[in-house]
Amino acid sequence: MKIHSGKSVNPMIAIGQVFVLEEKDAAAKKIKTESPEKELERLESAKMQAAQQLDVLYKKTAEDVGDEEAQIFEIHAMMLEDDDYNDTITEIITKEKVNAEYAVAVACEQFRDMLIATGDSYMQSREADIRDISDRLINCLTGRNLSDIVLPENSVICAPDLTPTQTMELDKSKICGFVTAYGSENSHAAILARTMNVPSLIGVGEEFLCDIENGNTVIVDGFSGRLIISPDEEETKKARQLIEEKEKETVRLRELIGKEDVTKSGKKISVFANIGTPQDLPKVLENDASGIGLFRSEFLYLGKDSFPTEEEQFLAYKQVFETMGNKKVIVRTLDIGADKKADYFNLDTEENPALGMRAIRLCLTRPEIFVTQLRAIYRASVYGNAAIMFPMITSLFEIKNALQYCDEAKRQLKEEGTPYNENVECGIMVETPAAAIISDVLAPEVDFFSIGTNDLTQYTLACDRQNPKLDEFSVSGHEAVLRLIETTIKNAHSHGKWAGICGELAGDLNIVERFVKMGVDELSVSPSRVLKLRQKIRQIQ
Amino acid sequence: MKQFEYVIQDELGVHARPAGLLVRKAKEFESETVITKGDKSANAKKLIALMGLAIKQGDRITVKISGEDEDKAAAEMEQYLLEIL
Repeated sequence: MKIHSGKSVNPMIAIGQVFVLEEKDAAAKKIKTESPEKELERLESAKMQAAQQLDVLYKKTAEDVGDEEAQIFEIHAMMLEDDDYNDTITEIITKEKVNAEYAVAVACEQFRDMLIATGDSYMQSREADIRDISDRLINCLTGRNLSDIVLPENSVICAPDLTPTQTMELDKSKICGFVTAYGSENSHAAILARTMNVPSLIGVGEEFLCDIENGNTVIVDGFSGRLIISPDEEETKKARQLIEEKEKETVRLRELIGKEDVTKSGKKISVFANIGTPQDLPKVLENDASGIGLFRSEFLYLGKDSFPTEEEQFLAYKQVFETMGNKKVIVRTLDIGADKKADYFNLDTEENPALGMRAIRLCLTRPEIFVTQLRAIYRASVYGNAAIMFPMITSLFEIKNALQYCDEAKRQLKEEGTPYNENVECGIMVETPAAAIISDVLAPEVDFFSIGTNDLTQYTLACDRQNPKLDEFSVSGHEAVLRLIETTIKNAHSHGKWAGICGELAGDLNIVERFVKMGVDELSVSPSRVLKLRQKIRQIQ
Repeated sequence: MKQFEYVIQDELGVHARPAGLLVRKAKEFESETVITKGDKSANAKKLIALMGLAIKQGDRITVKISGEDEDKAAAEMEQYLLEIL
């Protein structure tokens, strides 16, 4: 038994057989030929075949994974048509009178070197694409084909890294895990593993490839991040148990779909889901969440080079509201700050970003950004059951000002004759000790409270969330935090408002009972935890 | 011959995808289009060569177009650059 460790991208576990995907020996053998014309013809038909494959791959990837992932194959098709690349191959064939495979391999090296010589890290990483199209051409010439590889059942694909072609062409019904020496969380293997819902370890290091052979039995443990080669009886037994438990649990939890979120004594506690983008919707539906308790809107702003337009935002909100139908969707307005920032906001660098110009503070300082977002939400509100909440509130005046901007957005829409829902609920995130302590003062102004436990813990315990060394001190479920939560819920109820909890703590099965006793009305957790929480609530008296 | 300069606005520069789009556009015309950055030049109809220039945001490029349809090509290429980069 031998163990290697890597980073897990999916908390799953599997037992399978090693299948090593070798990097192809692109240096095809040099063979002299008397008839270069014939080689040119072979090259032409190989190119046509390769172009067809790329077209198929493009469509398949666009359907299976998404347009953005698919674009790479469009680029490959264009590279394949590149004049310089083709001229070089043709020249080698005619001048040196050699076989097409060899010519492609030589041209491949030449163009890879050129991109590497740019000294630009992005262009350097494109050398993998040159290698990918050259390998494809050589495969077409020799008649070898990746999709011809016959994988045994339960294959664990092991490789230095995976090219897009490799990940898409393999027979996925036979794969139960991936292990790569390199790769990042956004590498093709990682994305595919998440979509397929199989365990995957990345960055295991080259050495592991020396310790495995095709057919070895391995355990890919996505919980502990371990690859166990030729596991002993004990490890195998443990893994089998885990797999069995997971399966049983899945079956048990699936039975809860469609069931109500009520305790044994009949108290209703809604179990909602947190989402970051509309792409999370399938998971929400699959896990039967009763609503969306936190729809983070930052995805609209991050990774861009300019502000998202009102129309762009409108379409995203509309999609989520429409999909959820009657179920409530709570949109949290922009929570960007100095740690989560986009360049075009031109934010100053701050000593203490968690205590800085973020969230509602930024919105009230830059109302043009805020009003655009509010207009988009109100416009979309006619398509479902929308609610709005403001993050990082500490004082009453912030709520009053924020609500004025809501009125301003509605007034503009009314003037323009654009439809919107007049009765969208407006609430706040209670995530600062200040807001919790004066929740009796804030409650009359809002429709609901949603307690954000991650930030509330950070600010109450004075423990920086970003500093892993503080884990020991950042006590999850600290009594101080629980008391603030209790105060907040009590004050909401005494003003006839409802209170929910979003954030990690909401899904902590050991504390849920206490939240229920406090009288919490709603708990919002990541989609994959919805059914577990529903199960727990149904067991509580 | 027609000639103009352009400063790349796109945050990511001339990445693989915009490079591909530029090549496709350049191929719509008879004229030859040469893009120069610093002391290096590439034919805009050749994808890998164009990528080899590693053009970044803020880089000033010179576009030279010569051929029968150079007037039309220059106008459209300039407009296209504005749109995508």
